[in-house]
Amino acid sequence: MLSGGDMLIRALHDEGVDLIFGYPGGAVLHIYDAIFNQDKVDHVLVRHEQAATHAADGYARATGRPGVVLVTSGPGATNAITGIATAYMDSIPMVVISGQVTRDSIGLDAFQETDMIGVSRPVVKHSFMVQKAEDIPMVVKQAFHIATSGRPGPVVIDIPKDVTDPGETFPYEYPETAKIRSYSPPTKGHSGQIKKAVEILMNAKKPIIYSGGGVVMGDGAELLTRLAQKLGYPVTNTLMGLGAYPATDKQFVGMLGMHGTYEANMSMNDADVILAIGARFDDRVTNSDVSKFCPDATILHVDIDPAAISKTVTAHVPIVGPVVPVLEEMLEQVNASKVQIDEEALAAWWKKIDHWRERDSLAVTPAEGEVIKPQQVIQALYKVTNGDAYITSDVGQHQMFAAQYYHFDKPRRWINSGGLGTMGFGLPAAVGVQLAFPDAIVACVTGEGSIQMNIQELATCNQCALPIKIVNLNNEALGMVKQWQDMQYGGRHSHSTYADSLPDFVALAESYGHVGIRIEKLSELEEKMKEAFAIKDKLVFIDVCVDPNEHVYPMAIKGGAMSEMFLSKTERT
Amino acid sequence: MRRIVSILLENQPGALSRVVGLFSQRNYNINSLTVAPTDDPTLSRLTITTIGDDRKIEQIIKHLNKIVDVAKLVDLTEGSHIERELLLIKVKATGAQRAEVKRVADIFRGDVVDVTPTMYTIQLTGTSEKLDGFIQALDGTTILEVARSGASGVARGEKILSL
Repeated sequence: MLSGGDMLIRALHDEGVDLIFGYPGGAVLHIYDAIFNQDKVDHVLVRHEQAATHAADGYARATGRPGVVLVTSGPGATNAITGIATAYMDSIPMVVISGQVTRDSIGLDAFQETDMIGVSRPVVKHSFMVQKAEDIPMVVKQAFHIATSGRPGPVVIDIPKDVTDPGETFPYEYPETAKIRSYSPPTKGHSGQIKKAVEILMNAKKPIIYSGGGVVMGDGAELLTRLAQKLGYPVTNTLMGLGAYPATDKQFVGMLGMHGTYEANMSMNDADVILAIGARFDDRVTNSDVSKFCPDATILHVDIDPAAISKTVTAHVPIVGPVVPVLEEMLEQVNASKVQIDEEALAAWWKKIDHWRERDSLAVTPAEGEVIKPQQVIQALYKVTNGDAYITSDVGQHQMFAAQYYHFDKPRRWINSGGLGTMGFGLPAAVGVQLAFPDAIVACVTGEGSIQMNIQELATCNQCALPIKIVNLNNEALGMVKQWQDMQYGGRHSHSTYADSLPDFVALAESYGHVGIRIEKLSELEEKMKEAFAIKDKLVFIDVCVDPNEHVYPMAIKGGAMSEMFLSKTERT
Repeated sequence: MRRIVSILLENQPGALSRVVGLFSQRNYNINSLTVAPTDDPTLSRLTITTIGDDRKIEQIIKHLNKIVDVAKLVDLTEGSHIERELLLIKVKATGAQRAEVKRVADIFRGDVVDVTPTMYTIQLTGTSEKLDGFIQALDGTTILEVARSGASGVARGEKILSL
């Protein structure tokens, strides 16, 4: 016989959860007491509920297992919303347990009451309001099933306080399966469609594989790599898909889209066949006017979510299914196919791509004297970590530089908020990643704007002794906002600078019990980075003073085709 | 184009708000919405009439299908179907108009279900188009109140929407 609170924690344990991220409060005190009374499920105390969701999110992205969050009612629940929306946009499996006022106070504007089911509805895959304690095991089972299957996403479980009352106990049994008659995600692709796609793919003269976050989250990276290498076709990854195909391989043409490489965007624009897999033709890829998008291409689109297919760009051959079984079947059919790939056409295609590559769109022009370019920081980070770190990032210029210059060879190493673009994501996400992989190198690439949105998590890092390395590209401004203001608003920097009010990040880090290092000169960049990463047992805040005038290039020209890009402040295609 | 989508929905608290929320969230139109439990008390049947081109309707159907509480749905307008809506209308009926209103109601096979010395309450069922036609035919009279149920419908023949 267990109370509702005990049942919840026991059910989490039975579901395989050993770590949750949360913040206590009135409506979840019974649950926190249940946590206190056991040792199977560990709890990490964050300093803001938003950080709990990002930490759980980072944990989920790095491990593939669902992240779990526990917050109280009212402000606890609403603070979690940004993190839930972040996970929803990037299809991250997450279960968020929120406390609620007692059942008899719901709707009476009770203290710390918020309609969490209503507030979270547009940003969750599904949500449950627990009506009685006996339902807890089945609700937990169903929540995890929904969060992790099909197109993954966050699920909210809202639990009124009296449901977890330690004074009332019930028999407990954890169900083996979650029976949901109205929910049946696809388990494989349509063989006929796959056959059709493979035939078009093998007859292509100028093919390209465009893979996205679905390949990372669906654990399809290895199969994708095998398929691409078997075919010998070029591969581009979306921001969310980085690491799904090894970035250092010769078939990789770089990231595509708004800040993609010249060769990736030109190849897409010129392609006759595009195999889009686990990608959703996001506006940061298609550049808003879809009528100009890849005019000559036959689009083969693999996605687990039927609603992602033909949402913006019409798919000629849609395939609905999880990436692994679809890629397995594609590989089988490619191996069995009698179609001979037109090697001559492919060689000519590669020649063209190599010509685009020669433009070297990511070449870094060093600044004068000791001024550090932000790109050089990422290059140094890549070198110092041997390209093998988990990199979390915030949102802005630094995020794009990290995506462009840290060459991810493995999936789940690049942890960023792609869809929602949530500033403040990086540090708490790093908390989740470092807790999942205590011995790994975890670096948070951030800017002085983003880091201040969840800077309080430095305290969590101290409490949990997490040796995260924070690489702060400090340009004393909201760099991406400023870049847009430079390019589209006549250089009027409306509320994007704050140089005179920045904290001393070194002193700030030290006050939280960490190590702070400031790097101001190019000549000391690599050496000091090495020094920072040599400190294995402590968090190091590396505050790097970078060129405040740098822009991210290439940059897509608004409303243009994929081939239309600014390549520097003075050049465009 | 106008479409009628029928949905079998889990009869759960909050389920209806997920369906309605989807329409506002994704900028889709709802022209009418009816909902009531079916013979199986765990399932509600919703009928939504909406307007959009084929691409939009395809997206609406796909997104509705993604809602966990949506058990099954069908676009009735894809095939031949029966559509009915109920109208209750209060019309001023005095003097010469009293007979005229009754005559128009008879033509549309409407029933006068309530009478006072100055007005009629008329009940009419039919397709939404027919109800529109009736209201237009009453143009010369004073309409006091209109209550429409929204369209409901089933497919013709042996096609059945059930679990």
